Amino acid sequence: MQEKELIPYLYRTEFRKITAVLCRLFGIEHITIAEDIVGDTFLLAAETWGLKGVPANPAAWLYIVAKNKTRDFLKRNTIFNEKVSPHVQYSTDESHEIEVDLSSTNINDSQLQMMFAICYPGIPPESQIGLSLRILCSFSIDEIADAFLTNKETINKRLYRAKEKLKQDKVQIEMPPASEIGKRIETVLTTLYLLFNEGYYSSSRNTVLTKDLCLEAMRLTHMLTENESTDKPEVNALLALMCFHASRFDARVDKNGELILYEDQDISLWNSELIKQGERYLNRAAKGELISRYHLEAAIAYWHTAERDSPEKWEKVLSLYNRLLMVEYSPIAALNRTYALAKVYGNEAAIIEAEKLGLDQNHLYHLLLGELYSEAERQKAIWHFTTASKLTKTSADRTVIRKKIEKLKH
Amino acid sequence: MNEFAMIFRNTFQPEAKFSPEEMQNIMQQWQAWMGGMAAKGQLASSGNRLGSDGKTVRPSAIVTNGPYAEVKEIIGGFIVVKASSIDEAAELAKGCPTLTVGGNVEVRSIIPMGAN
Amino acid sequence: MKEFAMVYRSEPMGEIKLTAEGNMEVSKEWENWMGSAAAQNKLVSPGLRLGNEGRVVKPGNVVTNGPYAEIKEIIGGLSVFRADSIEEATERAKSCPILNVGGNVEVREIIQMNG
Repeated sequence: MQEKELIPYLYRTEFRKITAVLCRLFGIEHITIAEDIVGDTFLLAAETWGLKGVPANPAAWLYIVAKNKTRDFLKRNTIFNEKVSPHVQYSTDESHEIEVDLSSTNINDSQLQMMFAICYPGIPPESQIGLSLRILCSFSIDEIADAFLTNKETINKRLYRAKEKLKQDKVQIEMPPASEIGKRIETVLTTLYLLFNEGYYSSSRNTVLTKDLCLEAMRLTHMLTENESTDKPEVNALLALMCFHASRFDARVDKNGELILYEDQDISLWNSELIKQGERYLNRAAKGELISRYHLEAAIAYWHTAERDSPEKWEKVLSLYNRLLMVEYSPIAALNRTYALAKVYGNEAAIIEAEKLGLDQNHLYHLLLGELYSEAERQKAIWHFTTASKLTKTSADRTVIRKKIEKLKH
Repeated sequence: MNEFAMIFRNTFQPEAKFSPEEMQNIMQQWQAWMGGMAAKGQLASSGNRLGSDGKTVRPSAIVTNGPYAEVKEIIGGFIVVKASSIDEAAELAKGCPTLTVGGNVEVRSIIPMGAN
Repeated sequence: MKEFAMVYRSEPMGEIKLTAEGNMEVSKEWENWMGSAAAQNKLVSPGLRLGNEGRVVKPGNVVTNGPYAEIKEIIGGLSVFRADSIEEATERAKSCPILNVGGNVEVREIIQMNG
């Protein structure tokens, strides 16, 4: 690896690990102190390594320095020391020094526990994602601002308020008891899914960043499958879903950065390894009788990767959307269901269903109707596409729509 | 533990028949019965109470006014309870206040639908 | 928006088909009918599908076997929908698959707890 990439790479992989351990050590009231200590560690690394060269084991160097800085901090702040979380380990020597455990077991445990603490229903979803990106994914404030298409000040405020709320509500950094874990995992999964979608549906042009968001979401979900108490069917289903979506990363965007629709994608660019992973996790998810919404969405995604077009596929997809809507309504699911219905029962039947949806302020609704009218009533199709273009907020969409209108006019 | 539906039926009785004290008594009876089951973890869902209006739709889109009235009794509401057998659920039903005013309780097994 | 219960009645339909996981096997017609309501955000709950086992408890601790049989029909299940009026709910009931097997749908307004 080139030396100028070393610090960012190590930052990405190690910041979150050390921070999680220190957060757990200090408690929820002192997340910022944990972040600062680790930040200082990296600054020292940059200055020292620039001067004296990179050490043989850079990560180990970081860990030693972080431990030393933590001990120094605690020595200087005896009041803080007394209030530090009960998880603190004391070493046996007389100085009663605090042991900072940076073993891989403790790192893993700490990250899992931080995940539960951060995915707390008492703070807004975008704050949960923001904090996850910062603490669990090592994102810098700038990167988070980019991800949300906003500025540093907004993110700083958001994270500050979130941490205050966590303090106020005395959220514990610990694994939830077995009786609560099902419910708590729900919140975590919602956040991870939102994080994934931030990347997948982002209108940002920075494809490296958006892909990163998806990969981070997948990494965190995967972490849950590696721990026995959190390795639940719905977790595996969500991971399967993410794998299937991610398998189409390279086929979704052309060399100009424009969106390529599913039906126009080059299948050879679909990542077969990710598809296989998805199938593997889908199988792992098939335990027990309860079907979560993630099971249904993963099954739909599976059908979309398995084949492009066949009567059986669309019947299955329609059935899955029916069941998904019965579990939870969403306008996107309603529209996708109608599209599948068109494939099974024809455009006319689908148009009748579509017009009952009550979604005529939604650009996707008009996009759908444009498709459904394309064959039989060209003028209506053009009208709907034009309306969609007026309602949509992204230029990527407008480009796609313009092409559809042009196709119809010839 | 399984789940069972309880469906309450009675002949239609306009509320005006009962005095306020009697109505208070009726409410307390229901609260005591439901509350007792809830406290023992036997109540899965407090279900719904149905209004007395209704319509009945039959094949060929024939619609008649009023609740289903092939018999004199109409459904007043339903709940879902937890019990280890239908007979145990029937035992629970014996405490239902609708029985004191001439109503009856139908207890039925429930087929799981599978979705979360 | 109000909520309405739909109570499905028909003659007893014999043995009920279950999936490998022990859940109700839902026919395409029912799934599409419910799915259509769900897509319009008008399905509150798919509700209950009742099994063939039943008891009727009457005053005086009298318990008889079997579902409550209103003449020859029994209740097969019930669901809850959203609609502005009982007329709107009734319109939806006209496409209920139970009608295709000679059954009927009773539509009743649900009494809300929160005003």
